Amino acid sequence: MEFLADLFEWFSDPINWSGTEGIPARLWEHIQYSLIATFIGALIALPLALVLGHTGRGGLLAINLTNTGRAIPSLGIIILVYIAAGLNLLPVYAALVALAIPPIVTNTYVGIRSVDRGVRESAEGMGLTGFQVLKDVEIPVAMPLIMAGIRTSAVQVVATATLAAYIGFGGLGRFLIDGLATFDLAQMTGGAVLVAVLSLAVEVAFGALQNALVSEGVTPRKRTATIRAKLGSTTA
Amino acid sequence: MITFESVSKRFPDGTTAVDDLSLEVPEGEVAVFVGPSGCGKTTTLRMVNRMIEPTDGTITVDGQDAMKIDPPELRRRIGYVIQQIGLFPHRTIAENIATVPQLIDWDKKRTNERVDELIEVVGLPDEVRDRYPHQLSGGQQQRVGVARALAVDPPIMLMDEPFGAVDPIVRSRLQDEFLRLQRDVKKTIVFVTHDIDEAIKMGDRIAIMSEGGHLQQYASPEEILAHPATDFVASFLGAERGLKRLALIPVSKVSAVEGPVVGPDDDGARARAVARDNGSDWVVIVKDRKLLGWAHVADIDGSGRVGDIEAKPFSAEIYKEDSLRAALNAMVTSLTGVAARIGDDSAYEGLLTQELLARELQDSDPGPGTMTGAEVNEEAERV
Repeated sequence: MEFLADLFEWFSDPINWSGTEGIPARLWEHIQYSLIATFIGALIALPLALVLGHTGRGGLLAINLTNTGRAIPSLGIIILVYIAAGLNLLPVYAALVALAIPPIVTNTYVGIRSVDRGVRESAEGMGLTGFQVLKDVEIPVAMPLIMAGIRTSAVQVVATATLAAYIGFGGLGRFLIDGLATFDLAQMTGGAVLVAVLSLAVEVAFGALQNALVSEGVTPRKRTATIRAKLGSTTA
Repeated sequence: MITFESVSKRFPDGTTAVDDLSLEVPEGEVAVFVGPSGCGKTTTLRMVNRMIEPTDGTITVDGQDAMKIDPPELRRRIGYVIQQIGLFPHRTIAENIATVPQLIDWDKKRTNERVDELIEVVGLPDEVRDRYPHQLSGGQQQRVGVARALAVDPPIMLMDEPFGAVDPIVRSRLQDEFLRLQRDVKKTIVFVTHDIDEAIKMGDRIAIMSEGGHLQQYASPEEILAHPATDFVASFLGAERGLKRLALIPVSKVSAVEGPVVGPDDDGARARAVARDNGSDWVVIVKDRKLLGWAHVADIDGSGRVGDIEAKPFSAEIYKEDSLRAALNAMVTSLTGVAARIGDDSAYEGLLTQELLARELQDSDPGPGTMTGAEVNEEAERV
């Protein structure tokens, strides 16, 4: 109970909400690292996976290759790149981008490949060019999976961006590292709570974005709703 | 018009899908390519819009060499319907139908009007306009597929087993509706199926192909059934070839016999005499040219009137636009063994007998492979 009171006190202390080391500043840093890393990751992963999925060549190789990025611990990458590039944000971004790429590549490739053969063939047969097939048919149909990939990356990146603090940069990781160093349990827990809340917020934001970008015709949730409605009407 | 000139397709692995094919699909006709799997029928269809490119030979589409037209440009001028339908799941029915109009930059108003028109033409209710494909039944989706292919009114259509994915009842209805539609739109159509009955029903001409892409025969359904060019064609047509031919011949092509006709006012003795002259034990009862039915002479009193007993109805009445197959069906389900033919003014025109059918098959086909009267009877028993 005392611990919860400490945590509550940490959150309600005005000092923790102001200045360059306050919660808003750290939160904003964290969001910046995450946004930039996810964006760069998507910038690399999406074109690659879209082209591979569209042509149907080299996809498995790409998936396996990018997945090795997942096998290397992010902390390891940070330290490696830190040794090579010195003390700047590059090691942080390298680690986060390596983490962001695999889910986007895998989901996008699988999404494009699993577009129904008949759909692709009828698109070609009606005279869509290769690029039009990708842009007007394959991407919209695969959109739920593509969005799920970006969402997974974003959430992982948000959780892992705490590592920036490990080599002396900001973000919510500061509260964890500093709290650990000073045995300030309230600060540490407060940081963890903030990371968790931010992850959830990212999930929710991407859910809303997905609803806006995905056609009603390919939304699994709405599809089951329709099927239920049909079943309901026939049994009624 | 579509012309194949010595067209071959060999795949890199050495298999020959189509071997030296030459034929012409005339303007406004349906050419059905039929054969077992691996006969190259789908490859042939897909070479017309360059989904597959021929190894040798020339395909001409409305006078132009297909290989000299940019594929997307060529395909937008050719309607394309496939078995999997391939509707775009993320687009509404209206958007699906508008695919090609949008590709060639029709304005919104013209596109919308065309979409509304096509939804009606293919027999769909208005409210499907803003639905998504997964909300439609298989038969409805197939109608949308046809509407989408017709969107810019292309003179040529390619249809690859278009009705293969729906159940037999829906298929038969879609076939009938498509034939009715084709009478108005007069497209030049290449139609692929593995079902010989569908080929006979849909085709103005049928191209029968065998494994390895060999064309065995290219002719009208009537000609193919009457004169199969090769053993392969004969066996592909199957044992019921005679019945299939009967299905293509209208009743109006065959004359009817008068039969043992009596009036309701004739007496039993006259009925017996008429039956005896016709070699039967029953009579047809006709009053003022209207068919009342038939009766066994044994049931009529010698001195009584024919009209005193109740006439039995014929199991089926046959009209001139019915097929001889329908007539045969009426005969074998009737105790009298004949079918009564009824004219436009619903007047009795006479009787159709199995002998008349057999003679019709003989007359139009003096060559080998013709069924004898006895075979017709055997066939009839199996129906």
